[in-house]
Amino acid sequence: MANIATQSQPEAIREDMLIEELGFDDHFHDHHHGDKYQSNFITTYIFSQDHKMIAKQFLITGMFWAVIGALMSLVFRLQLGFPEESLAWLKPVLGKWIEISADGTGVLSQDFYYALVTMHGTILVFFVLTAGLSGTFSNLLIPLQLGARDMASPLLNMMSYWFFFLAGAIMFASLFLSTGPFSGGWVAYPPLSALPQASQGSGAGMTLWTLSLVFFVVSVLLGGINYITTVLNMRTKGMSMWRMPLTIWAFFITAIIGLLSFPVLVSAFLLLMLDRGLGTSFFLSEIYIGGQALDHVGGSPILFQHLFWFLGHPEVYIIILPAMGIVSEVLSVHSRKPIFGYKAMVYSIMAIAFLSFIVWAHHMFMSGVNPFISNFFVIFTLIIAVPSAVKVFNWIATLYKGNIRFNASSLFAIGFVSMFISGGLTGIFLGNSALDIQLHDTYFVVAHFHIVMGVAAFFGMFAGIYNWFPKLYGRFMNDTLGKIHFWGTLVGAYAIFWPMHYLGMAGVPRRYYSFDAFQAFAHFDGMNQFITIGAIVTFAFQIIFIVNFFYSIWKGKEMTDRNPWKATTLEWTTPIERIHGNWPGKLPAVQRWAYDYGKDGKDFITQVEPIGPDEKEVH
Amino acid sequence: MATTEPIIEQEEIQNQGDAWSGGKEPFKASYGKLMMWYFLLSDAFTFAGFLIAYGALRFSSPTWPVPDFVFQTHPFGDSHLPLIFVTIMSFLLIVSSVTMVRAVQEGHRENQKGVVFWMLMTIIGGAGFLSCQAWEWTNLIATEHMTVTTNPFGSHVTDGVYIDDEHGHPYASGEEAETFEAGDSYLIHKGVDEHTGESSWIQRRFSFTTEDGQEMIGQQQFGPKAFGALFFFITGFHGFHVFSGVVFLTIICVNVASGLYVKRKNGYEMVEKIGLYWHFVDLVWVFVFLVFYLL
Repeated sequence: MANIATQSQPEAIREDMLIEELGFDDHFHDHHHGDKYQSNFITTYIFSQDHKMIAKQFLITGMFWAVIGALMSLVFRLQLGFPEESLAWLKPVLGKWIEISADGTGVLSQDFYYALVTMHGTILVFFVLTAGLSGTFSNLLIPLQLGARDMASPLLNMMSYWFFFLAGAIMFASLFLSTGPFSGGWVAYPPLSALPQASQGSGAGMTLWTLSLVFFVVSVLLGGINYITTVLNMRTKGMSMWRMPLTIWAFFITAIIGLLSFPVLVSAFLLLMLDRGLGTSFFLSEIYIGGQALDHVGGSPILFQHLFWFLGHPEVYIIILPAMGIVSEVLSVHSRKPIFGYKAMVYSIMAIAFLSFIVWAHHMFMSGVNPFISNFFVIFTLIIAVPSAVKVFNWIATLYKGNIRFNASSLFAIGFVSMFISGGLTGIFLGNSALDIQLHDTYFVVAHFHIVMGVAAFFGMFAGIYNWFPKLYGRFMNDTLGKIHFWGTLVGAYAIFWPMHYLGMAGVPRRYYSFDAFQAFAHFDGMNQFITIGAIVTFAFQIIFIVNFFYSIWKGKEMTDRNPWKATTLEWTTPIERIHGNWPGKLPAVQRWAYDYGKDGKDFITQVEPIGPDEKEVH
Repeated sequence: MATTEPIIEQEEIQNQGDAWSGGKEPFKASYGKLMMWYFLLSDAFTFAGFLIAYGALRFSSPTWPVPDFVFQTHPFGDSHLPLIFVTIMSFLLIVSSVTMVRAVQEGHRENQKGVVFWMLMTIIGGAGFLSCQAWEWTNLIATEHMTVTTNPFGSHVTDGVYIDDEHGHPYASGEEAETFEAGDSYLIHKGVDEHTGESSWIQRRFSFTTEDGQEMIGQQQFGPKAFGALFFFITGFHGFHVFSGVVFLTIICVNVASGLYVKRKNGYEMVEKIGLYWHFVDLVWVFVFLVFYLL
């Protein structure tokens, strides 16, 4: 450990002294001598029980899925933007899904178009923005920022990742079925999902899809139970709930939402499996298929929608809350100011979490639910704007008159705020059941949710990756490339999704393979081409990020100061080497909240620094 | 001594006052116990999803079989005592919760033999419940021919008089015809055709009077399909929980008997955790019992 002292700045030496003096000795390293968790290659890199390694596993698996999901979107965007062009050049990759006609032009198979749309949604929502985002940062930051050696149960934590891996493997396998993956939309509404003969992808593709997602839910629950327990039980001495960084609050509440909503999805999936496998009629009523009457009676497809959206709506907060937490932290650190309205931020997270459970039917205004029921859901949906606006104003107030460091991380955090405002405002349109009659299932909806939970959550994720990359790998990512990545992504994302609002207001429906049959939409051809080109360019900017990421793991600028951002939180008091157990000696004792920036003329005061004799504690 | 007393007192006050200030377990529960609680909370939501689906499908169905009629059989002959068998089943399961409490209590007393004895009692209770359920299912499937897609239990919506007897043949002259009232339940039996030897459903015909006074002939209809599907699935899912519980109880009981937990710092906490699970499974049964058998 001697090299830490020589490498570090004097403040690091002071922190170490404070930890040694005031910290809490749990004799961790006496018990874990020789480190049984990280003794060989397999226990270090594959079946690791160390939360930092599991975080990396979640991150890299999430990135793998993000690339696949994004490439899928490019293929179907090509179809939408350039339906006349030949896609024969994609034949080597997509095989029979590119249908070659007599004159040699290739078109995307219609079945596969729907499969691509479905898989894009499933992969991005569940594998990337749930597991990749919450899985990565909850695992990395909860123990580090709370002053814990690891998660409450490292074993369950490891299993959480491997269930996610298993879910991914099954979903990946479904891509190669001869009948194609599931193609009924990521929401899997019956009857397309409940009748194996309903479409090509409804057979084996749907079976694997359901199986994969059941394993995924197991992963989420194992992770979530662990996060909640760790936050409640493993906070170090002095880390009261009101001293937790907002990241932890966000992960904590996210885990609670997941714990209460994902099980209901399992109920729906199990009933769906019976409808598919045993011929029951939970979600199927009298129905004809191919002119033939089926033997189903008495079920309700709307029931599935209720059960699905009881998860489905909280799910969007499961995606966005971790990003909000990361952004709160990053904005405060890089604008060198305490977060504005810390308690208001926490209460808004709680309010959003609570409201997320009583708004699900706003996805079903057009499904035939009672209009009086819609009133209820409209009101609560619109009320969500209040805590959301509190958060937005607090972020802006945090930036106001801040001494902002413009780097990739802070730019992405600011970009998040921009995206969240743009997407949030269109949410107010869609939350009105009357307006929804026109806007339902149009590109307006696509634009809304991509901006507010897709792109915004990605921005939060990028902000987090650039900010905590040194903590993950002991090196920095290249900041210039990061800034190029930011500007390309910001402009690109708006270029893709801004025009979609106009398409949607004109009534252009989503999930359509072609608009040839609609003369009224013919003048949107140019806009669709523009969107497609925007998507390709934006994807190109993501390649810069991926190259930067992997190059920096091995060749990035090495970390010499263990607290490069001059942050107050505990993760930056751990050694650069990222040892098992996080702290080499005692656990730090927390003396103050996480946002003492610019207080009493000091740039920042870390959480291990005791409150001075004539200093007042901030809450 | 006089000097140490205030310090202890002060520490106690501090412990109570700052349970949430970090470095402590605010609920005074280990992480394992907390995790069990959270798992049970999520599992409760899964069951809630099923029971809500049950309610939605049941109340969208025009008729529903009467539980008192459906669940009146038991292995000792048909005594027409409604719900007699399920009462025995439920009693077994509830009593097994009591024995589980005793096992946990003996655990706190660190009485190894007591823990083993009461856990064995709990295992017997759980296994007894499962055996009863196995009989109930066998009876419903093999004798009464209910499946997940066929529900032979129906309910009359009018008053009327049967034209056919129980074998599907018209009543001979002089035989007294059976009458029924709206709301009465019936079971469509399977009979073997005398000529072909194949078994087929016997849907008895009956006559009834419509509201505007017309005499009509009707035929027994199958009950709502959802009844069989929901019954087998939800009681099956609960039964799977009981089965898992019995397996875990057995493993933990063996561990207790082998003295594995004696050496551990947290003693018989494992018994307590499985106890939480067991009580939860019982609690869920109370709800399943309520909606399937009582309402």
